[in-house]
Amino acid sequence: MTKLNRNVKAWTEWLVTLPSLVWLSLFFLIPTAVIFAIAFKPVDLVGGIGEGWTLATIRSLANPNYPAIVWRTIWLSMATTAICIALAVPCGYAMARAPEAWRQRLLLLVILPFWTNFLIRVFAWRELLHPEGLIKQGLLALGLVEEATQLLYNDGAILLVLVYTHLPFAILPIYAAAEKFDFRLIEAARDLGARSLRAFWNIFIPGISRGVLTAFLVVFIPALGSYVIPDLVGGTTSEMLGNKIAQRTFSDRNWPHASGLSALLTLAVLGPMVITLMLQGRVRTRAGDRA
Amino acid sequence: MDPFYSVEIKGVTKRFGSFTAVDQVSLAIRHGEVFSMLGPSGCGKTTLLRMIAGFERPDEGRILLNGVDITDLPPNQRKVNTIFQNYALFPHMTVWDNIAYGLTIAKRPKAEIHSEVDRMLGLIQMEDHAYKKPSQISGGQKQRVAIARALINRPQVLLLDEPLAALDLKLRQRMLIELDNIHDEVGITFIYVTHDQGEAMSLSDTIAVMNRGQIAQTGSPKEIYEAPRSSFVAAFIGDTNFFEGRVSDVLDPEYSRMQVDGLPQPLLCFNDKKIQRDSLVYLSLRPEKFRIAATRPEVSERQNLLEGVVEDIVYLGSQTKYRIRVGEYILAVYQQHSRFLLDEKTIEWKDRVWLWWHADDGFMLENYSEQDEAIMEISGDATPG
Repeated sequence: MTKLNRNVKAWTEWLVTLPSLVWLSLFFLIPTAVIFAIAFKPVDLVGGIGEGWTLATIRSLANPNYPAIVWRTIWLSMATTAICIALAVPCGYAMARAPEAWRQRLLLLVILPFWTNFLIRVFAWRELLHPEGLIKQGLLALGLVEEATQLLYNDGAILLVLVYTHLPFAILPIYAAAEKFDFRLIEAARDLGARSLRAFWNIFIPGISRGVLTAFLVVFIPALGSYVIPDLVGGTTSEMLGNKIAQRTFSDRNWPHASGLSALLTLAVLGPMVITLMLQGRVRTRAGDRA
Repeated sequence: MDPFYSVEIKGVTKRFGSFTAVDQVSLAIRHGEVFSMLGPSGCGKTTLLRMIAGFERPDEGRILLNGVDITDLPPNQRKVNTIFQNYALFPHMTVWDNIAYGLTIAKRPKAEIHSEVDRMLGLIQMEDHAYKKPSQISGGQKQRVAIARALINRPQVLLLDEPLAALDLKLRQRMLIELDNIHDEVGITFIYVTHDQGEAMSLSDTIAVMNRGQIAQTGSPKEIYEAPRSSFVAAFIGDTNFFEGRVSDVLDPEYSRMQVDGLPQPLLCFNDKKIQRDSLVYLSLRPEKFRIAATRPEVSERQNLLEGVVEDIVYLGSQTKYRIRVGEYILAVYQQHSRFLLDEKTIEWKDRVWLWWHADDGFMLENYSEQDEAIMEISGDATPG
């Protein structure tokens, strides 16, 4: 190839990439940079952003209440992700093994909840978990809980609703991977002496690892940023980082502080994302070899 | 425990909904033989194999391994292993780990696993590829890894489900020889499922020809080819010409004359089945049983002679395939080239020729169905006109 041809090719690649680059810069990179920058600005008296630069906000992030909130945010997100994946793997397996005609119907059932507004679904959970609600009364009738047991306004309620809202996002990528999985491999493992569960663990799980990694990404990151769910079904002592950011933005009118927290969250999200992308890269090279 | 039979299948039936895939099949397979189940797709051969492996459960009947009833055992508790059609190698494991899988599952000592895997790698001559992934090796190599992975468990029976179907012709012929060598080396029973008669003929001690969930005929490759018991078997194994007619004369216990509509004279036929006079019969005659000549030959009283016209000639190097019109029939005739003489009069298109064959070379068959003709048209180029 001549040098001119190479140049033309390089330029065409640039031109093709340009629109998405502009889009990402305008609506993602620059706003993120602005939020990071605001964290280094002082607060002015009327709740706006003051002149000059300061490290005061960064120092104030060492608030003794924060470690508990950060910890709760992380463990709730981790637990949500773990439960979602644990439920989604058998779901994806069952859907992929279902007869062809049934798969579409089951897939429809998975995305059916999205036809109802997210807020309404969270409010519905409030009704269900309410002391006079269906679930509480039902459990009471079965003698599984006592009258005084509070189902609503605690970490448990947040976890339950987080799992409920994120489960479809875990099922979809895992089902997509399971559908491409060659189930004869499980027969081969059984033939070689593996019990069903062993074959499932040794052969099926590695076979759908890419789907599981994607599920991890699309559940864990949104869960970290949860704000509406802890606000509506959580109690005063079960705040997550998202609630703190909202409080600093709307009630306290301390934008630099809110930006500082947001920056913290962004950095916290970047960590698992980079790890997942690296893992996925490895899986992809493996899959690429296969082709 | 029956020391004679390796696998016994007793009255096994398997239905999928309203479709009966395997219908009251009984078989007995001897120790150490290569037993082929041969038939067109959908004949139930793979379902039968999957029932022996334990992937399907028969609706009726029992399956015995070395005289022990294994019908209700799950696949992991049967001392049989399978070579799958597309090898089914675990893509996330290396060749080494694939071969070691069975022993790892059985929790055998590490040292034993290492020495056994190395021995297997030697057997299949893949020592240099032990740490490659299945995606990095060729089709033939995958095939060999699948064999090693199955044999390392020291199964009593090896099941092979169309193991060569995914390979190209040259490789298929080489793997066929390799499979034969491996069978000689390990000496266990092989049950081989295929739709390819060539594979079945060259590898098997016994062939069971299957059709519509039933066994059409069981026998050695030679028996199946030379003495087909039904027109289905005659048509499915190799090519053949069918004549339709009526027994006109029972000469002595061994021979009969057969009147064929559309042929100028009756045919002399070997009649060991003692078919009665006036019965409707069908004669199957293999294309290579004919002799062909441009001049009228001298024939014995046990031979039939017909005069025809050459409609088509296909030269294939090792042999020539002719299509000869005789009366209302168009016959397939194959001639091996045993010599090439320049002064011999060559047969050309539209020539008048003479065909003759010995009465013993034809087979009178009792039953016949339209279905078989269709199979013959798909599988071969010999079609009666």
